[in-house]
Amino acid sequence: MDYYDKKQNRSQKVTKYLLIAVSVIFIGVMLVLPLISVIVNSLKEGIEFYFKSLSTEFVTSALGVTVMATLISVGVNTLFGIIASWLLTRFEFRGKNTLSTLIDIPFSVSPVIAGLAFIMTFGRLGWASPVVDWINSTFGTDIQIVFALPGVVLATIFVTFPFISREIIPVLNTVGHDEEEAAALMGAKGLKIFRKITFPHIKWALLYGVILCTARALGEFGAVHALSKTRGQTFTLPLEIDALYMSGSADSITASFAVSSLLVIMAIVVLVARNIVEYRAKKEK
Amino acid sequence: MKKPLKVKHKVRVIPGFGLTMGITVAMLSMLIIIPLASVLLYSLRLSPAEFFGLITAPNVISAFVTSIVCALIAAFINSIFGLILAWVLVRYDFFGKRILDGLIELPFALPTAVAGITLSKMYSNTGFPGGFLSGIGLDVSYSHIGIVVALVFIGIPFTVRSVQPVLESLDGQYEEAAYILGASRRKTFFKVILPEMFPSLLTGFSLALARGIGEYGSVIYISGNSAKNGTQVVSYVIMQKLERMDYSSATAIALVMLIISFVLMFAINIIQIRRSRRVNAM
Amino acid sequence: MTLLKNKKSFKIISLIIAAVMFSCVLSSCSGSSSDESKKLKLTNVSYDPTRELYQKYNEAFAKYYKSETGEDIEIVQSHGGSGAQARSVIEGADSDVVTLALAHDITLIEQSGLIESGWIDEFDNDSSPYTSTIVFLVRKDNPKAIKDWNDLIKDGVEIINPDPKSSGGACWNFLAAWQYALNNNKNDENKAKEFVTKLYQNVTVMDSGARGATTTFVENGQGDVLIAWENEALNSVAEYPGEYEIVTPSVSILAQPSVAIVDGNAEKDGTEKLAKQYLEYLYSDEAQKIIGESGYRPSNKKILKTFSDKFDLNVDLITINDFGGWDAAYEKFFDDGAIFDEIYNG
Repeated sequence: MDYYDKKQNRSQKVTKYLLIAVSVIFIGVMLVLPLISVIVNSLKEGIEFYFKSLSTEFVTSALGVTVMATLISVGVNTLFGIIASWLLTRFEFRGKNTLSTLIDIPFSVSPVIAGLAFIMTFGRLGWASPVVDWINSTFGTDIQIVFALPGVVLATIFVTFPFISREIIPVLNTVGHDEEEAAALMGAKGLKIFRKITFPHIKWALLYGVILCTARALGEFGAVHALSKTRGQTFTLPLEIDALYMSGSADSITASFAVSSLLVIMAIVVLVARNIVEYRAKKEK
Repeated sequence: MKKPLKVKHKVRVIPGFGLTMGITVAMLSMLIIIPLASVLLYSLRLSPAEFFGLITAPNVISAFVTSIVCALIAAFINSIFGLILAWVLVRYDFFGKRILDGLIELPFALPTAVAGITLSKMYSNTGFPGGFLSGIGLDVSYSHIGIVVALVFIGIPFTVRSVQPVLESLDGQYEEAAYILGASRRKTFFKVILPEMFPSLLTGFSLALARGIGEYGSVIYISGNSAKNGTQVVSYVIMQKLERMDYSSATAIALVMLIISFVLMFAINIIQIRRSRRVNAM
Repeated sequence: MTLLKNKKSFKIISLIIAAVMFSCVLSSCSGSSSDESKKLKLTNVSYDPTRELYQKYNEAFAKYYKSETGEDIEIVQSHGGSGAQARSVIEGADSDVVTLALAHDITLIEQSGLIESGWIDEFDNDSSPYTSTIVFLVRKDNPKAIKDWNDLIKDGVEIINPDPKSSGGACWNFLAAWQYALNNNKNDENKAKEFVTKLYQNVTVMDSGARGATTTFVENGQGDVLIAWENEALNSVAEYPGEYEIVTPSVSILAQPSVAIVDGNAEKDGTEKLAKQYLEYLYSDEAQKIIGESGYRPSNKKILKTFSDKFDLNVDLITINDFGGWDAAYEKFFDDGAIFDEIYNG
């Protein structure tokens, strides 16, 4: 019996370290190696070149656009995520499955199609383009959607649309709605119920969603690629990276990796934030 | 303690149905449905015969096959490694675990274009480990393997993060019970734990699959986009058609892609709703 | 039913959302335009390889314009695959002038009504201020001994060449090879088909654009030979001294990148005059020199001669007119189901 246990223990240990090794190697080769490769490539020409390539007019402008698009899309999606998950977890209605599937669609739609969709709507050939023209001519405005900043923002919102609601919905489902029902029966108003009862439950999930949404928004490429054509004005960082890479010279390729490393650093910051959030959330439990 | 009464014809006690419904539907239509409907609208101008003609062109079919097969393989690889990673992260304690855990979302945060450029450089025969691999006769860049590598890269967070919470909630009770009842570890795993995790594994699999079928940025650099070798993916073909201003083909293919992703996401939602019902019932 | 009951709140909410969205859009619009005062802005939509050329040219032109009129101008450049760029103009991207790889791409914009017909005669030399041609870029010491097109179809030669289905430059490559085969087979089209079939069987990586192909060949070390624009090849040789060599084949094609004013947009932006001056100045001595230095063949014969050490001026250059113009060439070779599909997809 004793012997059996020991053997069991040993084989368990072997499994444990085997599995850990597999995981570490997998993450190392698949995820860490590309990171290192970016950093190494970005420093090929020395640290001075690195900083010089980060301080060009194009890069700073792209940084501004990226940050703006990210902030707006995180804002819009947070609002939407909370509202939609309330709707989808607190009420039963017909078409609920379809609605929640529609919300999730941007997850799996090819970014190329997302870009195409906005062009087909607001572009010169799109059906909504006369509407935009009409608004411009009657109000004397100069609004342009595609190939301008609004298009970049819209595309970013599109690709990150389901991120926050997807994080909140499972939590709200697990918590159930007894507490809220009780509060409602006692006469509490909707907003108060949300603030006092629901919010404390979802706050970590929400934050987690915001972080994921930020990460994805920072890095979106395909959808924005179709909608943004002017370097230095509507380019986001990933587009600037592509432009530098496509410049073909060895210097600009190194510069492109330097800009990539900027996004890698942002990504790492985001991941660290995520870990802190998760840690605090667990501690609270 | 009395629970609030549940009347047969459900009266909604919780306020805000109209409000949330209004906002959700309004935002959803404006940001997602209307733009996607424009794609639909365009492809509806085609007659059914034209439509099928366009989507059954040999290079389109071959692109669909490439995308779907590579995404399936990648999703499968991701499921296995996702399961292992989730298991390791939930059940074991070891040095550097937090870092490992934190790295999982990296593919989310790294722009797909950067991933594509880096991967194609790494796996071309001038890079590491590409040089080594091509030395043993395995060309990764500019082949189907390259596509799979890129899709494994972008898909891994989906499987790990789908499985992880479920594994956490399993809590070891089941295993203990099974173990006490005399089941071997392996048996416990395959008969008790795996079935319990299967829905979430399936969710992760489908998410990775859905993402992989439509992937563009990370794939186009590494795939070589050769029609002859069949390394063109669907997104690339859509782009190719667009460059030619062949909007009808582009939208027709896009429509098929939309249907595929809708079906996949619908399936995922049903799996998840079933699961949450079961959790709630417990 | 609750939906009906709440119809009013539904309406109000959707209105609010719409307003929020709208102001979002507005604010980001004004954000973009606030820092530009009343400077005249000209947008030049071009294709990938001209990035460096126009960077230099824009500087020179802005200086020239300032000295002529005393006004500062802002020139915005946009680059991408030639076809994709034409498409973005048609779809509504801001553009006052286009400087694209193929006349065909400009014709597509013309068909959308944005450019007036007859644009090709608006400037000298069929509105192409510079030309280029197709050459081979091979690795140091030319290990596969590639001298001409027929060396490309030998077994074991790996060719890097972009996809004619998505890259304008790749169409030039195809046509040059086709013409070579015709010349050497007494104009027998079936023989030519056989030749290009063999050639494309040796293509190992088909990138979507010329720039991608260059990167594949140079940075990632794929293949033995890159069929490339002369200016791109010159660029690579200059970038990596001693690592690459240029081989000029006996037959090549005269690529005529074309320029045009996007009349519809320029009218709206009030930049017609500026746009015209901008493109006209491309033919000036100063600009022609910049063009030569950037690896393009200047259209000014005298200035071209001064670059004779850079360009092989003895190649037999055919033009697109030998194929009956771009529309005919597309129909015959590159449309779906045409010759390229036939030889490539089997």
